[in-house]
Amino acid sequence: MLKKLLIMTLTLSLFAPVHGAIDILITEGLDSARPIAVVPFSYQGSQPLPDKVSSIVAADLARSGKFNPTQVPQMPQQPTSAENVDFAAWAEQGVDTIVIGQLEDVRPGVLSVSYQIIDVVRGQMTGGGSQMLEEGRLVSSNDHIMFESRPLQFETQDSRRISHAISDKVFEKLTGIKGAFQTKIAYVLVKDSGERPYQLVVADYDGYNEQIIVRSNEPLMSPVWSPDATKLAYVTFENRQAQIFIHDLYSGSREMVASYPGINGAPAWSPDGSRLAMVLSKDGNPEIYVMDLLTRKLTRLTNNRTIDTEPSWAPDGQSLVISSERGGRAQLYRLDINTGKAKRLTYTGEMNLGGAITPDGKSMVMVNRTRGNYHIGRQDLKTGTLQVLTKTYLDESPSISPNGNMIIYSTLHNQDQVLALVSIDGRFKARLPSGSGQVKSPSWSPYM
Amino acid sequence: MKPNQVMKYLAIVLPLLTAACTTTTDEETMAGQSNQNSNAQTSGMNKNEAVEVTALERERQMKIEEEKRKQAALRQTNTLYFDFDDSKIMGKYFDILEAHASYLRANPSARLIIEGHADERGTPEYNIALGERRAKAVARYLQNLGVSNTQISTVSYGEEKPLNKSRTEAAFAENRRAVLVY
Repeated sequence: MLKKLLIMTLTLSLFAPVHGAIDILITEGLDSARPIAVVPFSYQGSQPLPDKVSSIVAADLARSGKFNPTQVPQMPQQPTSAENVDFAAWAEQGVDTIVIGQLEDVRPGVLSVSYQIIDVVRGQMTGGGSQMLEEGRLVSSNDHIMFESRPLQFETQDSRRISHAISDKVFEKLTGIKGAFQTKIAYVLVKDSGERPYQLVVADYDGYNEQIIVRSNEPLMSPVWSPDATKLAYVTFENRQAQIFIHDLYSGSREMVASYPGINGAPAWSPDGSRLAMVLSKDGNPEIYVMDLLTRKLTRLTNNRTIDTEPSWAPDGQSLVISSERGGRAQLYRLDINTGKAKRLTYTGEMNLGGAITPDGKSMVMVNRTRGNYHIGRQDLKTGTLQVLTKTYLDESPSISPNGNMIIYSTLHNQDQVLALVSIDGRFKARLPSGSGQVKSPSWSPYM
Repeated sequence: MKPNQVMKYLAIVLPLLTAACTTTTDEETMAGQSNQNSNAQTSGMNKNEAVEVTALERERQMKIEEEKRKQAALRQTNTLYFDFDDSKIMGKYFDILEAHASYLRANPSARLIIEGHADERGTPEYNIALGERRAKAVARYLQNLGVSNTQISTVSYGEEKPLNKSRTEAAFAENRRAVLVY
């Protein structure tokens, strides 16, 4: 308990609000993560730096759930070049990898950054001076330097993006998994008062660079990214009925694609971007349809007297996971889009809703209701084993990061709807405290 | 006034008063009560017929007005609540829906929007479907009472427009509702 408190306090100070944007609070799982240190980068220039690159990289790595970055005051030294690394001092602290870097002025408004990933354990073994045979001669191999970047030029206002790019590289080098730190999230913010309280917001995955895309007096729902990450499809009630719009994020143009009597809801892009699955109740009950976005032709996939909703495409685009009450309470089914045949997937818990298959196709993430509690769960598609990942309250709307490493979802905390993160293995948990209002329906973008 | 006269007076006035106060909706009962009253009148006060007839019409008028007031009062109730994850209309709303139905039958140009709502438990998309099921249950009930389906439309807001924003059981119960909007 004391340890947890200590971690919470440290985390709080590390990720204290900087810009008033969404800042993260890691609630669980740091102690099982791999130690790493991102040493403050050296900078000899004279320009004011808008953001601290090393802090952003450290925060990214912490948020991945796989790393536990050392706080700057706890660092035994702050080397800025590979030659000055005291391997023994880091090893003593149990840190086996460090990232160091150098920032330089290029011209006003433009900087350059270089960085190196250093294997402390290897460095300790070779003393940083390992040699190897090359064409019959002994040469210095420096194999403790796992990666050495070329100098990257960037404009100062782009420093967060370049930092996330560094995080992506470090993450991929050390885990073999592609980093998803340059992705974005879309979510709905409902202000507690004021004009046009319903807002559709797009932000960096860490909550920075929030941009309000739509503000409305009527509800906005179910934002979802196009596979090329240039558009959002969502539901709006601005015309006093549910309608599905496609919104081009770069041109700002909006197009209404579904406005039938009754429900027009739960849009989901096919992996190739050519079709949009949706729920329409124009023929009586909520049914699953697929719209060809070029011809606007609708194909109806379900036909029964109960609720069918929440279509989500399998990565291969050949089937959808849907929620259906055809067997009584809502459970998840896999619907073959070619044959229309459905196979029940879930049997654990009173209800299962909002299913989505992970990018590797091996498991499914969903909202599981057991004994009245709604939690995010993950089911192995081969064995059918369900693992409940969260223990927060009223968890819903899970959305998986494009590398399959993390799930963002909405939950209730202190009477407010907030966003939270949980790693796909359930070990790492974090909360993204909101400013004012209810934050819900998060959707994680594909790789940008 | 002699005691005898007082008794006679009460015999006439009391049934009139009770009839005016009754709140039953049944047409037949009302007709029955009118008959009773007219019997009392013929037996007790047949000296001045013209006065009596006027009184009767006023009484009948009062009853019609009373019924109208009562129906209007019932129509003031425009929100129906539901059990968790359920769209069955509770018996306590039957009178209210009858009042709305009779108004809609009498006013064919009147239009009604039925909004369906859900509490926050369950996913937003599932709750849209649940809200629609509640709205449609109310629409179907009104149609069964003879309201034209061209007068009724439904819209589901799911969990997006909670009436009570606190997250207590009581608040959830307030949010599981159908609202009749003219």
